[in-house]
Order: sequence, then C-alpha cells, then structure tokens
Amino acid sequence: MGSLVEIKGLSKSYLNKKALKNLNLNIEDGRVVGILGPNGSGKTTLIKILTGLLRQSSGEVRVDGKKVGVETKAIVSYLPDRNFLYKWMTIDDAFKFYSDFYSDFDEKRGEELLKFMKLERNMKINSLSKGMTEKLNLTLVLARKAKLYILDEPIAGVDPVARDKILDAIISNYNQDSSMIITTHLVRDMENVFDDVVFLREGEVILQGNAESLREEKHMSIDELYKEVFEE
Amino acid sequence: MEFDDKLPIYTQIMNYLKKKMVSGDISGGDKLPSVRELSTELKVNPNTVQRSYQELERESLVYTQRGMGTFVTEDKKNIVELKKLMAVEIINGFIEEMRSLGFDDGEIIEIVSDKINKEA
Repeated sequence: MGSLVEIKGLSKSYLNKKALKNLNLNIEDGRVVGILGPNGSGKTTLIKILTGLLRQSSGEVRVDGKKVGVETKAIVSYLPDRNFLYKWMTIDDAFKFYSDFYSDFDEKRGEELLKFMKLERNMKINSLSKGMTEKLNLTLVLARKAKLYILDEPIAGVDPVARDKILDAIISNYNQDSSMIITTHLVRDMENVFDDVVFLREGEVILQGNAESLREEKHMSIDELYKEVFEE
Repeated sequence: MEFDDKLPIYTQIMNYLKKKMVSGDISGGDKLPSVRELSTELKVNPNTVQRSYQELERESLVYTQRGMGTFVTEDKKNIVELKKLMAVEIINGFIEEMRSLGFDDGEIIEIVSDKINKEA
C-alpha cells in the first residue's frame, strides 16, 4: 500500500520559466502537511497540479494510487486562495450547489460548521465580509468527506478572531483517515497545526521533515527556521 | 498556555500537564481532556497532543483506559518523584546561573536563606 500522495520527479515549466523542478514528495494518511514558501516559490502550481487544474511537464503524481483525474477529484476537497462562489448566491444556494456537485458532501457536518462559524443560510454572498467569505468557503470544503483536503492560504487576509475560528475548524475536522495539505506564508499562526513541513524555494524542496523533529534538532520554531532559510 | 520557541510542542504540553499534576491542580484518578478537546483548546495538531499523552504514559504519570480516556496515575509515589525531579531541574538552573554571575556556594546559600527568612 503506497502513500496517499506520491510525487516523483515532478517538473512544470511555463514557456521558459521553470515553476517546479524535479520535486519528490510523499504524504501518508492522517497527516497535516504545511507547504511553506514565499510568493512565487511554486506552492500554487504544485496544488493546481494535485487538483488537476494544471498538467505537469514531466514526472508522476498519484493520489490514493491513481493518476490525477476524475477519480482523484472525487476524493480531493480543495480550498482555492480566492472566493469560488457566485456573488448572486445565498449561503443556502451555495449549500445546494455543493451537495449537487459532490456526492461526499455531508449536509449535517456543513450545518454544524455553519453554526460554529456563526453564518446563516439566508445570508447573501455579496454581503459577506472577507473573513465571512473565507469561513463559508472553508465550511463547504470541510463538509465534504474527502480523503485529501488541500487548503491554499486558508487564513490570509482575515482578522485574528476569524483566524482562530478557522484554525479551530481545521483542527476539529482532522481525522486519522484523511490528510491535509495547507499552504501558507503565515507560518507563526499555523505551525502548531502541522505534522510535517515542506519548504519550497524557486520550485525546489529545500527542506522537509517532521515539524517536531525540526524544532528539537534546530532549537527553534518553524517560524524562526523559515525566516532563517528565506532571509537573504 | 504560551509556547516557547526552543522546545518541541509535545514536550511543552507534557510540562504544562506535569505542573498541573505536581501543584495538585489535577489529582490522581482525574480524567485528562480528550486529545481532541486539548488540541482544539491549545490550537495544536491532535497527533502532537497524542504524542504528549503517550510519553506521559511511558513515564507512568498517566494511564489509558480503552474507550474511557486518559487518567492521572493514582500512584502518589510517581507524582512525588516527579515533584522532586522538577525541583532538581529548577535548582540546577538556578545554581548554574548564580555561579555564572560569580557567586560562590556560601554566598548562594546566604542569599537564599536571607530571602526566605524575610518572607517568613
């Protein structure tokens, strides 16, 4: 039995720019993995390949043993780094849209998360603040019973209270049978959530490992390590 | 609880719980919060909390009952041992720092007993 996510020799070029260079990465079941790196390091490219929105130039990517495609999309729940819902919708419409689209959408779990986020079904998407929109997007993504959750910058640009709510939702949604990949540059706020971290720079993995072992070995937090590694 | 940057999170959670045991804040036979509860409260990965509980169990400070949860040991001896061990660590750190400031052992004892007499 292989890993939930297996990436071998993955490269991606845009015309003459190399976004990912010979990337290797395995992710096991029940792990929360932080993909950390500055803007332009290849985080979003990697995620778009995992979710099937982009095709790699070379290399192999498998999710649950299968090549990225229709089958893997059914078990991957993806939070993009921007709002993905139509402005004219109400939250109720968004719920219906999601449950029509995804057979693993758990209405009950969605309802609980909605309540936790203090959102109401009759609210209109275009009347929501940035923090509320992020909370709604995350609610829908976490309400799916997926094998793999991919969250792209889940706490970027939201206030500290909303940030705490989002972290709580992520932690309480964690279960042994699924894994999460989370990208962020807000390392300090999120580092305690990660089992493993991967540092990306200019499309290459420059450091990866278990977060606790790295703290033990380097005598610093992942945030401090991040600053040291990426500081010029 | 505030996290220190230099130590692994699981060690810090262990120390946090040990302090509670030694101070009597939680006593023998008390149930610890579930892994899920504590991880939500501290905003850390549940696997990290799980590891803290496993290590505490290895040190015979807690025990797990299947389906029931994790409980503080009822063996008072273990808690007394822990209390002594924590005292030694504090004292060692203190003595080391005082010596590095240039105090000799006689002076250290004098300062400590002066301070305690004043407070008494």
